[in-house]
Amino acid sequence: MFIDFFYTLKKRKVPVSITEWMALMDALSRGLISNLDEFYYLARAILVKSEAYYDQYDVAFQEYFKGIEAPAEISEKILEWLKDPINRMTLTDEEKALFDMMDFDELLREFEKRLAEQTEQHDGGNYWIGRGGRSPFGHSGSHPAGIRIGGESRGRGAIQIAQERRFRNYRSDLTLDVRQVKMALRRLRELSRIGPEDELDLEETIDATAKNAGDIELCWTRSRRNTVKLLLLMDVGGSMVPHAEVCSQLFSAAHSESHFKDFQYFYFHNCIYDNLYRDIERQGEISTEQLLRTLEPEYKVILVGDATMAVQELTEKYGAIYYYQRNDTPGIIWLKRIAEHFTHCVWLNPETEYSWNHPTVLIIGKLFPMFHLTLDGLGEAVRKLNVRR
Amino acid sequence: MANTEFDQFRGSADYVADDALRNSVNVSMALRRPLLVRGEPGTGKTLLAHSIARGLGKRLITWNIKSTTKAQDGLYVYDTVQRLNDSRFGDRDVSDIRYYIKLGKLGQAFISSEQVVLLIDEVDKADLEFPNDLLNELDEMSFFIPETNETITAVHRPIVVITSNAEKELPDAFLRRCIFHFIEFPDPARMEEIVKVHFPDIQNNLLGEALKAFYVLRGVDEFRKKPSTAELIDWIRALIAGGIPHDRIFKEIPFVGTLLKKETDYDFFVTRHQGRRRPNSRADAYRMLY
Repeated sequence: MFIDFFYTLKKRKVPVSITEWMALMDALSRGLISNLDEFYYLARAILVKSEAYYDQYDVAFQEYFKGIEAPAEISEKILEWLKDPINRMTLTDEEKALFDMMDFDELLREFEKRLAEQTEQHDGGNYWIGRGGRSPFGHSGSHPAGIRIGGESRGRGAIQIAQERRFRNYRSDLTLDVRQVKMALRRLRELSRIGPEDELDLEETIDATAKNAGDIELCWTRSRRNTVKLLLLMDVGGSMVPHAEVCSQLFSAAHSESHFKDFQYFYFHNCIYDNLYRDIERQGEISTEQLLRTLEPEYKVILVGDATMAVQELTEKYGAIYYYQRNDTPGIIWLKRIAEHFTHCVWLNPETEYSWNHPTVLIIGKLFPMFHLTLDGLGEAVRKLNVRR
Repeated sequence: MANTEFDQFRGSADYVADDALRNSVNVSMALRRPLLVRGEPGTGKTLLAHSIARGLGKRLITWNIKSTTKAQDGLYVYDTVQRLNDSRFGDRDVSDIRYYIKLGKLGQAFISSEQVVLLIDEVDKADLEFPNDLLNELDEMSFFIPETNETITAVHRPIVVITSNAEKELPDAFLRRCIFHFIEFPDPARMEEIVKVHFPDIQNNLLGEALKAFYVLRGVDEFRKKPSTAELIDWIRALIAGGIPHDRIFKEIPFVGTLLKKETDYDFFVTRHQGRRRPNSRADAYRMLY
């Protein structure tokens, strides 16, 4: 039942699993809901596990249930009517059998079908939707002058709620803020025992105490700390200007995140050549060679840039965009040295994947695993940094 | 909803729950799965568990999670040091190990002779692995104590409410087993209801003015921490206690310190709203606050 809805959700990138789907089926078979509005909330509570996916859920819901836009409220009435045993008695045996066979969405589809066929007001009879008839659908109502099967509206229907898409702002593939970036970076960790001995080593203590003939002797061990060292290299200026905000968010998140053992950051322009810079104005030079010499390979490297430039800027001697840089070594060689020196590197690209067809992006993408600079992309990048190549 | 067995939770006198939230609570009870609640700080995540307990007339057991909390703490603690000490000085008979096994909050919820509501508050405060360590216990509602060779099984499956501030992402395997609800920020109409629950005889014009000012402040995107429901309640309490006439509320926004908790937000408000420079001295700031 509704299995297409499951795939619609999957298509919309809502992470749903079979376990959750079975739970929803369980809930439905217990008769926990009686109309589409309740179905909307029920399915959302069971299937969607983060407000970040509420919007995709809304889109999928809209897509799947589009056909039954209006009857959201009517179907509720129908079911109410059907539940009333007195109404049931008015049905013929044949119809009763039909009802037991049909499930909710079949019923709705049948309703839709008949609604489409019908063009005029109808009282009595046993097929058309209308008053006093023996048709499954409704007890009072008219068509096409506004469909209403009695009762008052219970606020907005699920479809309307889905259409509003109130949760757009919570999508994680669209927005990035400092706190979220911090959370993503926090997953970058490797614990090992370093620092002062300040944790009670129970095993050792018991051993020592036993050897001491029961006289308690306390043993201490070093506590576990994060040993990750992070190096951030960011492209600034030029084509990166439109992305300044997202880059500064990434920077401030990494900077204020105190759980790294060490955090180094440098800027470059367009591509990395002989020198890197301490600040955005490209003051405080440090030669790239020195950087490679002084930083150990275990630094995890995040490079940020659009990787888009003229091909000769990447591959040629003296290709640097600024003439005075006069680089004797082409940028690509420097990038290669970085990729070879450090064991864990990723490249974050603020441009969307669609524009990664550019030749220099393709070349750099071969050197560094490239990810889109969104929360999702950052999450993947961090995962990549955690495993050895 | 017709199914009375399902529709158990209807909110309580002191907590306003909307349809979606009520539904989620009832679904989680019917499917016997933990309810994971997320939402902005101050939207009443923790209070929800209190409300469920009160609404259903059940006892509430709260397990406050801290950054140092381990899953094991919730099950039981074997007090080895005490036992060692006792054996050393011969204070007590140490042969019975059960004496030194103390059940944690989860354990207490399991052995309770009646069904309880178990609140696991701020689950994301703990270590990343914490939720995974509890998977099996929450699934099967039982755990094994190797020291005494005992299995503690839930007498009555507790109603589990878990709150999270989204500080850390929770593991997928854990999420798969939960019913999830995101508490949205209430719209003005619902907020009015909420305030009235806390202040049943509040004057309408005071409430109206306060809400107007509150939602204007909420609308300022520059604030780092937007005021939330809990802050509004505090503010209104201050307004009532201070006897501020309602016509002054929107114009002056007195006691703004109860609404804006960050210094930068406060500065922004003072420069923008009151058209003044950033207060130079502490005394100046103090005067503006009160």
